[in-house]
Amino acid sequence: MSDPNLITVAEAPDVSGRSRSLAGDAWADLRRNKIFWVSAVLVVVILLMAFLPSLFTSADPGACALSNKHKGPTGSAIFGYDFQGCDVFARTIYGTRASIEVGVLSTLMAGVLGLVFGLSAGYFGGTTDAVLSRLTDIMLGVPFLLGAVVFSGRLSGSEDDGVWAVTLTLGVLTWTSAARVMRSSVIAVKSQDYVAAGRMLGASPGRLMFRHILPNSMASFIVVLTILLGTNIAAEATLSYLGVGLKGDAVSWGLQIAEAQDYARIAAHPLIWPSIFLAATVLAFIMLGDAIRDAFDPKLR
Amino acid sequence: MFRYIVRRLLQMILTFFGATFVVFALMFANQDDPIQALVGEKTASDSLRAALTERYHLDEGFLTQYWYYMKGLLTGDLGKSLTGRDISEMLADAWPVTIRLAILAILIAAAIAVTTGVYAGIRRGGLFDNGTLLMTLLLLAMPIVVLAPLAQLVFAMELRWFPATTTKNATLYELLLPALVLATTVIATQLRVTRTSVVENLRADYVRTARAKGLAPRRVTWVHVLRNSLIPVVTLIGVDLGVLMSGAIVTEEVFNIPGVGFNLARGIRTEDGPLVVGFVSVLVIIFLIVNLAVDLLYAALDPRIRYE
Amino acid sequence: MTDIKATMDALPGIDHRAPLLQINDLHVEFRTRDGVAKAVNGASFWLSPGETLAILGESGCGKSVTAQAIMGILESPPGHLTAGEIRYRGVDLLKLPEAQRRKVRANRIAMIFQDALSALNPVYTVGFQLAELFRMHRGMSRSDAKNRAVDLLDQVKIPAARSRVNDYPHQFSGGMRQRVMIAMALALDPEVLIADEPTTALDVTVQAQIMGLLAELQQQRNMGLVLITHDMGVVADVADRISVMYAGRVVEEAPVHDIYARPGHPYTRALLESIPRLDLKGHQLNVIRGLPPALTDIPRGCAFNPRCRYAKDPCRQDPAPPAYAIAPHRTARCHFFREVLGE
Repeated sequence: MSDPNLITVAEAPDVSGRSRSLAGDAWADLRRNKIFWVSAVLVVVILLMAFLPSLFTSADPGACALSNKHKGPTGSAIFGYDFQGCDVFARTIYGTRASIEVGVLSTLMAGVLGLVFGLSAGYFGGTTDAVLSRLTDIMLGVPFLLGAVVFSGRLSGSEDDGVWAVTLTLGVLTWTSAARVMRSSVIAVKSQDYVAAGRMLGASPGRLMFRHILPNSMASFIVVLTILLGTNIAAEATLSYLGVGLKGDAVSWGLQIAEAQDYARIAAHPLIWPSIFLAATVLAFIMLGDAIRDAFDPKLR
Repeated sequence: MFRYIVRRLLQMILTFFGATFVVFALMFANQDDPIQALVGEKTASDSLRAALTERYHLDEGFLTQYWYYMKGLLTGDLGKSLTGRDISEMLADAWPVTIRLAILAILIAAAIAVTTGVYAGIRRGGLFDNGTLLMTLLLLAMPIVVLAPLAQLVFAMELRWFPATTTKNATLYELLLPALVLATTVIATQLRVTRTSVVENLRADYVRTARAKGLAPRRVTWVHVLRNSLIPVVTLIGVDLGVLMSGAIVTEEVFNIPGVGFNLARGIRTEDGPLVVGFVSVLVIIFLIVNLAVDLLYAALDPRIRYE
Repeated sequence: MTDIKATMDALPGIDHRAPLLQINDLHVEFRTRDGVAKAVNGASFWLSPGETLAILGESGCGKSVTAQAIMGILESPPGHLTAGEIRYRGVDLLKLPEAQRRKVRANRIAMIFQDALSALNPVYTVGFQLAELFRMHRGMSRSDAKNRAVDLLDQVKIPAARSRVNDYPHQFSGGMRQRVMIAMALALDPEVLIADEPTTALDVTVQAQIMGLLAELQQQRNMGLVLITHDMGVVADVADRISVMYAGRVVEEAPVHDIYARPGHPYTRALLESIPRLDLKGHQLNVIRGLPPALTDIPRGCAFNPRCRYAKDPCRQDPAPPAYAIAPHRTARCHFFREVLGE
């Protein structure tokens, strides 16, 4: 941007216009963004399915009758029945909960780890940064799913449904992207004039970190976590599909897909519906993350 | 250049030991009974217990165990699976078909992502660009466990355009559908990075210079802009390989391709600990070596790094 | 070489008696989401062979946009050339098909940019970027083109040209990089060279060397030079004539010595008074009050009126002042030029 005229054009409205906060600007942008509303509505519906499944179906996902095996859609079971004669619609709705639980908990865990590691690496720099950055490199040296199949298989006992094992696996293996984003935005914010001014005025490191640096680094961090939520939900399904995720009596989209795949030639509907729900859920969170990023960083649009 | 290579090599050695240690620790950490962890829910016979104890030196300290594990890895001795087969041999058997699948997938992904990404970047904000963005969004939202079974159902079983399963000696045509499925796991990110990078580079001053030199638009785009835009895309290859490896486990399982991923998936299902640890360790090493190669390629593409 | 040039890019309608370069009533606007910015609003000037015309003005006055419009490299959208003529030897470039327009670039009219580091492609050697011109415009082989590139680096006095031709832009110092830029612009022997702030990014000593080199090469080739700058000091040394731009218009045009002795437009006068002078040490410096207008909202009448100490009612009303012929070879767009001249 060495052309002064173009700069003038871009900045002209700012000179004359009203000044708003970054967050205010972003919200005004979001409100006009259709993708944001579509994804937000989807997310709300998904959360309702996860925590109040009885709103959507009165059937019991555990009540299966082999006599219904692979039956097509009926009035009460609108998605038909699977190979064990279970109501596909009911199981798909109840399966939401496991996905959301694992997704939210593992993302929170990755977020906390990423926040602590990224913030310390970016803020303290020097040796702390070097050690933490190497640790990040090492974690990134193990492709995610490979680490996960080794790790999560070891964790779960044979009795439980594996929710905690999968959550722990995903949390421990996915904090790196959050930490990297946090670190680079802390470094970017730290070098800005107002932080230097705060330091010269004698603000304590703690105050600097939490009053100045953290709020300004939050935007990109939240975006990464939103997208991570989507990908972790997909990862849970993949692990469950491979047999190292949720297990036993758990109701999960990944398990449904794994079971239905063997019979896809005979009955496709038990495969298709959980697939659609899974894709829609991942899509909703990724779109939400995209929309938030666009709002905070309009130049990338 | 020399300093850059040395630094990368040192970093890689550190990462190598770190990553193998992570795999090893993930496997054996916090286990009351490591043998039970290796055999899963099966009951281990006394002879199996003795064999595993000897193989993994379970009667010795943790660091000694890691030392023997590394020694085995570096000398190509991966031990035997619970079914009694030599793991190195299984790996050697499984490689060729997986390599062909992976290369096919990478070529498909790169060809589609780069050309589409460049055109979307040039026509930023247009119909083509928005359509492409929507498509990448849909692809990102399709986990491989959704895509692979559905693709098999639709294109192999219903439309019968492709065979549903293949063998060890699969032809390129037989591998095409699984390769397409595998490619979709990395196309979306590659395409988005290409597009963003083209958009940024189109605004660069040197593009204005190139146009002031009276060069044809095609030359400006495909010689001046593309070379600069590919730099971030190349760095993605390293990350993408990890995604491809993960994707290959599911893809080969779904399409019954008897490659590395298929064996690994079987190992996971049958809770064959030695097999899983052996395969994963080798894959991690390949991943690290490819990432080192990508770093060097990056230096070759960007002279500013080369002369650092 | 000349006959190759004549056959390779013959321009229909070329008239060698017509002025080398003539810009008439040029209008450029940028249409953005936040409104239309009028960057150039009726700029006119001309250039003869061997002559140096300085276009002087603050950043945002439209001088760089004018240069890009002449080259035909305006970013569009958002840039739109809405009216005017750009005549090279009588041929209106704006009416040429794009393929022919492209041949004018670098062959007839070339340009050098302010920041050579970002203006050169970081991933190709300077040799590649120079040779590219000969390969694409003259159809030369790679090795011939490379030899020509070495010659060019020699001509712009880069030491050890034969080895440096394989270096990348970031391996050169700022001054050397600008020499590479100059070599690139002169490669195909253009008749017009547009230099957009060629020395702004450089140290003072290097500035003088680069300006000296430009003047020397210009003389050798009898080239017309359009020097775009905001630096009155540079202008005084090298320019023959000056066009002062304000808010997208040429507000005064005059031979360089006349303008320094007796400015004819209040803006020119204010610019001259804002230069620190040794003989006036201790006096307060006159700065121009206010800011240049936002291009989305240019004042009615004379665009300079809100900042002008001569401004009276007619200045605040449309139409804007015409270009008064205030002396032989001089024009100024000010109703009160007599007062300004001090008559």
